[in-house]
Amino acid sequence: MSVLVVAELHGGHIAPATLHAVTAATQLGGEVHLLLAGHNVDPAPAAAIPAVAKVLVADGEAHAHALAEPLTALLLPLAPHYSHVLAAATAFGKNLMPRLAALLDVQAISEITAVIAADTFVRPIYAGNALATVRSSDTLKVLTVRATAFAAAAAEGGSAMIETIAPADAGPARFVGQSLTQSARPELTSARIVVAGGRGLGGAEPFQMLESLADKLGAAIGASRAAVDAGFVPNDLQVGQTGKIVAPELYIAVGISGAIQHVAGMKDSKVIVAINKDEEAPIFQVADYGLVADLFEALPELIKAL
Amino acid sequence: MKVLVAVKRVVDYNVRIRVKADGSGVETADVKFSANPFDEIAVEEAVRLKEAGKATEVIAVSIGPAQAQDTLRAALGIGADRAILVRTDAEIQPLAVAKILKAVAERESPDLILLGKQAIDDDSSQVGPMLAALLNRPQGTFASKLTIEDGAAVVVREVDGGLETLSLPLPAVVTTDLRLNEPRFISLPNMMKAKKKPMETLTPADLGVDPSPRLTTLKVEEPAKRKAGIKVASVAELLDKLKTEAGVIR
Ligand SMILES: Cc1cc2nc3c(=O)[nH]c(=O)nc-3n(C[C@H](O)[C@H](O)[C@H](O)COP(=O)(O)OP(=O)(O)OC[C@H]3O[C@@H](n4cnc5c(N)ncnc54)[C@H](O)[C@@H]3O)c2cc1C
Ligand SMILES: Nc1ncnc2c1ncn2[C@@H]1O[C@H](COP(=O)(O)O)[C@@H](O)[C@H]1O
Repeated sequence: MSVLVVAELHGGHIAPATLHAVTAATQLGGEVHLLLAGHNVDPAPAAAIPAVAKVLVADGEAHAHALAEPLTALLLPLAPHYSHVLAAATAFGKNLMPRLAALLDVQAISEITAVIAADTFVRPIYAGNALATVRSSDTLKVLTVRATAFAAAAAEGGSAMIETIAPADAGPARFVGQSLTQSARPELTSARIVVAGGRGLGGAEPFQMLESLADKLGAAIGASRAAVDAGFVPNDLQVGQTGKIVAPELYIAVGISGAIQHVAGMKDSKVIVAINKDEEAPIFQVADYGLVADLFEALPELIKAL
Repeated sequence: MKVLVAVKRVVDYNVRIRVKADGSGVETADVKFSANPFDEIAVEEAVRLKEAGKATEVIAVSIGPAQAQDTLRAALGIGADRAILVRTDAEIQPLAVAKILKAVAERESPDLILLGKQAIDDDSSQVGPMLAALLNRPQGTFASKLTIEDGAAVVVREVDGGLETLSLPLPAVVTTDLRLNEPRFISLPNMMKAKKKPMETLTPADLGVDPSPRLTTLKVEEPAKRKAGIKVASVAELLDKLKTEAGVIR
């Protein structure tokens, strides 16, 4: 049987997280199909993903904003033709997949980090302080995939078959509007380097120092919950158990204490640097390189030296 | 407008989790439990709707062991009017939770159901959308702002790129994110009042739900520990290490 991946579209483009979900799908056995539901979608980039055998395109107004209700209606008759239906564990996937699973009477499996067998998966629980290996007894499996745990599938060189399917009707929920953070920086969850700031920065203005550092390093910016709650930066920068999961090559935590909820979102980074004036701060327990210093001195020095 | 709020009793977020030596789960004996933080936010939001004259009654519901009564008392202390405990000592997975909550919702006919976006023990983030699906209601997940106007819930959602606003005709299901509100401190007089508020106890069987798990946990392990790092003495040394030792910047 084949495996269906639900693609996430950002401004018409396939989100990077979807490519990681495709890689997880290739480990399940069977052909990988990709569902592309949106409005005025271009199937060519999806068909170019070598790991994908078939692209299903549902183009319609109802799918313009990826609302869960019409997407679920679209997926419900498709799902039984597959052994697994999966999406990345992003806001999109977490909003959609449980809704679908419930209507299929399936216990979904959230945020898998490894495929052990077609019915057995590893997933973090308790903010990643424990890893559970779970086996599903449902015939059909509905999964979300932690993007940082699977490499991105190649995006070019393939030539998948394209099949058009009818879009769903609009559901009861109405899209009113959105305010998306505009940034020229790399996307937080796929950036090679992330510089993240916490409450220690003390305000929105000092965060500009992090911006300068990020500029020099070509990095994305992240933040702790405390920095977001205090209004220093927008919500979409929050890294952690209940924010975004990142695993860059280099994560620089500045003025972040290292609460377990924050560490849950960045501890799989390859190299971790912590700058904190409190040498007892728990962040130093996960840092490869710790600098005990006042960030207001260390940051300008670091920016200057780069 | 009647509001139903789902509250889970979980290991307190400050507890350092220890995995059991036999790999069967995490240690829960002698650890502090509290209401799931996202659910406290949900209760606070419901009570604020009542205080603003939008809601008429707030009902808190929890599925779990007898001790979940304490969690429900805390919800009553924040200002919920009454509580329902669906008592069971068995492991209840998100799909079963959603089925039980559906049965409760069918008895109570709430106009709005509030849940947390995620339980911080299983980190599933499933029940809200599952419940919305089973009840065939629209959903607004990860809410950082909620207003009730003209028979609709207007929900500002925290999504990966920023914020998104949806309008959901009531009845609807909404899950809370961290920025929705800051739950109040429960005063002693309110805690005393909470003791006198009604609490009903049911079982999954009373509600006609089969809560058997679909997932078997084969083992629970500790994640790999990171190698201990070093302290550097200066920015210059840090940069040197990053360039030559770690090779992550040029
Ligand atoms: C349900 C729940 C979910 C949560 N989810 C998340 C999540 O997803 N992500 C997350 O990050 N948090 C999350 N939290 C919050 C988490 O518990 C911490 O409160 C938060 O991470 C703390 O942020 P912080 O490190 O910026 O602030 P603090 O803990 O206040 O730390 C600030 C640090 O800055 C240092 N500092 C101050 N001034 C300076 C200076 N001049 N120079 C150098 N260092 C300085 C201090 O020494 C301190 O270590 C969650 C909490 C709960 C209850
Ligand atoms: N046992 C339970 N009793 C009451 N509510 C629950 C229970 N389990 C989950 N919930 C609700 O569902 C939300 C999401 O849980 P989960 O899908 O397990 O992450 C929680 O924040 C609660 O509001």
